[in-house]
Amino acid sequence: MEDLISLKQEKENEEPEETGQPWQEMAASSQDPEPGLSEPRESEQRPETGSQPRSSPPQSPHSRASTALADLTGPGTPSPPSFPQESFSTPSLPALARQDIGSPWQSDTTTNVIPEAGTVHSGHLEQSSDKGELTPHQTCQSEGNTFQQSQQTKHHVHGPKDVSHKNSKRKEPRFDIFREEDSNSNADLDQPEPGASEVTPSMLEIAIQNAKAYLLKTSSKSGLNTYDHLSNMLSKILDEHPENAVDIIENISQDVKMAHFSKKLDTLQDECEMLPIYEIAEKQKALFLQGNLEGADQELEDEIAEISLPNVMESAFYFEQAGVGLGTDETYRIFLALKQLTDTHPIQRCRFWGKILGLEMNYIVAEVEFREGEDEEELEEEDVTEERDNGNSDADEDELPKSFYKAPQAIPKEESRTGANKYVYFVCNEPGRPWVKLPSVTPAQIVIARKIKKFFTGRLDTPIVSYPPFPGNESNYLRAQIARISAGTHVSPLGFYQFGEEEGEEEEEVEGGRDSFEENPDFEGVRVIDLVESLSNWVHHVQHILPQGRCNWFNPIQKSEEEEEEEDEEKEEEEKGEEPDYIEQEVGPPLLTPVSEDLEIQNIPPWTTRLSSHLIPQYAVAVLRSNLWPGAYAFSNGKKFENFYIGWGHKYSPDSYTPPAPPSVYQEYPSGPAITEMDDPSVEDEQAFRAAQEAAVLPAEEGEETEEEEDEEDDYD
Amino acid sequence: MDAESLLLSLELASGSGQGLSPDRRASLLTSLMLVKRDYRYNRVLFWGRILGLVADYYIAQGLSEDQLAPRKTLYSLNCMEWSLLPPATEEMAMQTSVVKGRFMGDPSHEYEHTQLQKVHEGEKVFEEEVVVQIKEETRLVSIIDQIDKAVAVIPRGALFKTPFGPIHVNRTFEGLSLSEAKKLSSYFHFREPVELKNKTLLEKADLDPSLDFLDSLEHDIPKGSWSIQMERGNALVVLRSLLWPGLTFYHAPRTKNCGYIYVGTGEKNIDLPFML
Repeated sequence: MEDLISLKQEKENEEPEETGQPWQEMAASSQDPEPGLSEPRESEQRPETGSQPRSSPPQSPHSRASTALADLTGPGTPSPPSFPQESFSTPSLPALARQDIGSPWQSDTTTNVIPEAGTVHSGHLEQSSDKGELTPHQTCQSEGNTFQQSQQTKHHVHGPKDVSHKNSKRKEPRFDIFREEDSNSNADLDQPEPGASEVTPSMLEIAIQNAKAYLLKTSSKSGLNTYDHLSNMLSKILDEHPENAVDIIENISQDVKMAHFSKKLDTLQDECEMLPIYEIAEKQKALFLQGNLEGADQELEDEIAEISLPNVMESAFYFEQAGVGLGTDETYRIFLALKQLTDTHPIQRCRFWGKILGLEMNYIVAEVEFREGEDEEELEEEDVTEERDNGNSDADEDELPKSFYKAPQAIPKEESRTGANKYVYFVCNEPGRPWVKLPSVTPAQIVIARKIKKFFTGRLDTPIVSYPPFPGNESNYLRAQIARISAGTHVSPLGFYQFGEEEGEEEEEVEGGRDSFEENPDFEGVRVIDLVESLSNWVHHVQHILPQGRCNWFNPIQKSEEEEEEEDEEKEEEEKGEEPDYIEQEVGPPLLTPVSEDLEIQNIPPWTTRLSSHLIPQYAVAVLRSNLWPGAYAFSNGKKFENFYIGWGHKYSPDSYTPPAPPSVYQEYPSGPAITEMDDPSVEDEQAFRAAQEAAVLPAEEGEETEEEEDEEDDYD
Repeated sequence: MDAESLLLSLELASGSGQGLSPDRRASLLTSLMLVKRDYRYNRVLFWGRILGLVADYYIAQGLSEDQLAPRKTLYSLNCMEWSLLPPATEEMAMQTSVVKGRFMGDPSHEYEHTQLQKVHEGEKVFEEEVVVQIKEETRLVSIIDQIDKAVAVIPRGALFKTPFGPIHVNRTFEGLSLSEAKKLSSYFHFREPVELKNKTLLEKADLDPSLDFLDSLEHDIPKGSWSIQMERGNALVVLRSLLWPGLTFYHAPRTKNCGYIYVGTGEKNIDLPFML
């Protein structure tokens, strides 16, 4: 502060003229010393008072200013002593302040504050930072402040704001003395000397009003104005009295701006918002820690773990080259979750199949092959369809006609480890959640899954409401879609898999084709370019699902040969239903068919091949993208390959989905006079009929009148 | 998503599975900077990727100061060279509504569509089959426009409206709170409001004119066409559109990170009512 005072002295030396008048004015203002706490001031305080009150009141604003603003005691103390000492130096403070108030304010208001305007516009933050820096110097300006306040009728709360912002305005040129940045204000300091000497109260008033008008100018961008914002800010500071307000002044400014947008409707706050984050974090922490739990069996488990756990990170890396993937963190967590799966279940081989998106939650799917003989047995579900031939027709034989509807025989599902049930699938909603095993899929489910299109919700027990009615809930539908996607899109480079060599296998080929394959140990890899250019270098290694819903054809008529003899008689008697005598065997493309044989979808090729990177083709991988099942990807770098699915789980069709029409009404009952519909006879017909009947009865009546009379009397009762 | 926070945004949006490969990402980071400089945009958004049969289109959009002003759309096949697309018009929308199927990936590809047109010859009126050629570029423009109008999302509070008209980015937006983030009503369509005028006076009384000047997602038809999920516990809220599958909007509550990206085939899911 000594420096400040000395500099002011220098300034003062340049302007000896100012001392008198401005000092008087300062004194007058200093009579109303309370910067922030007093009542509205009127402009009646004119510089009429004598010099004596000058010394004491100047001190009080200092002290008050210093109490109001935290760290100002230091600067406060040197200045009062300076007052009585030098007649020309003490007024330097107010003089300089005055000088700022005076013509610089009038004439150079704009230039003075243009640098500040910039700050105002771009953010009050900078200005408040200026303010923050200025607070140590505020006491020097306090007289000026009080003077300013005297000129303006202000709310008492606004007082300190005026102090601060006036300070800031005035401080700019002062600071520039130190910083030597703003030549404008330097020029200002020099310039107003002649002007300051001519300052009259009215010009001062005008200057202040200009200043205030400038501050009240609304921003062209946001509709706020500096004046209000500063007043809000300072009132907030004074209301809340935060610690070290100067350090967080920018945040306070920002909070005030934000508060502009939010309505204070409810002060209740939710405390439990963060809980689910912690929950899932805890669960996932368990994933990370599980590795430390193994003890003596580590060797054995390592051995098994090597075979069963896939290198998910490596596949994820390659898929990322193709632009497909879940992000490294997520993939790693899934990796750990898979490890947990393999540790808790006796799994021979496991693969990360993909992710199916749902409405409320998603599914992470793992394809698993259990070790030999360690299958978990499932509860067999009873067949829903019953043959009504043996139904409850015994009791109603005479009265009701018998329906000869025979439900089509349910096609039995394939055994586990064969066909569509070759692998077992586990799903979980998020890594860290427990894995749930999906039930095996039945052909009926696949057949109906082909006809409906529904979003997954994320909860496995959701019922599927659809037409045709899906036999099962969401877990079955999910399993059916997984089976379809696997059958349609799991491909591998040609030669990676080969058929196992077994004798006598060819004889059995007629029925279902080969269904087993093994890795080719002599596989030498296919060039990546070849993989991209020609689809015939890729083959399907999952069996195609026949329209029947199975991979291996099941002839329903064949199996029922035993029952046919019994039913033959019944069938001859009743009218036959609409069952064909002979069903053609459904044949699908055999295993390991090249992908080039896939059917096109209305002139759209079923697969899109791409090199993962055109910029560096030497290390690129070949990427196959399915157009039939959007979201199915396969990559290969020549030696390795992997399949992946990420999507909603639906097939692509260029036409819109139409639900199948309900079947026509079934001829359930034998037709005959008893149940054939006939029109009711009309009135004329009835009368004619009755007339005819009476005509027939009359001759007989004439012979036996007496008896009939009695009878008729009886009849008419 | 904002080109400036591209990497973080891609990481947050990765839950849908489709993202960008490293070389595309690197090219985007570089080229979008240059686009911003050359075209003098206030903000550049990476809009997404439309998968074509032969090649993919990478789409970026440039915004000016007013956030709701019509945006300039650019496309690129290799994330390096960007070409400006013409603005979308009603005619384009009508033309391309007859085109179905996937995008080819070749901007000069022409779809052929046969139409019956009445040709007047003197006094007789013939109906001739006219083959109309529709360029893929036109279709691209129109689809991007439709997707933006239908499903571009912005959280409530991210933009604010001034009495002077222009819409600005709200610098004091610090993210939605968790309870707000789970409600569909806190998200707005990032387009000129259509339904706002139809609200009753009672509803309008509760709105804050500086923040609630856009349509909310709540009243979208069909109901349930948005899937809202919290991932990673409550640390990330993801909205996926079911009407245009492939559009993912992500937002980390209590932070400023938000954005949307479209990665898909560019076809509307008309089967939506059957699927819900």
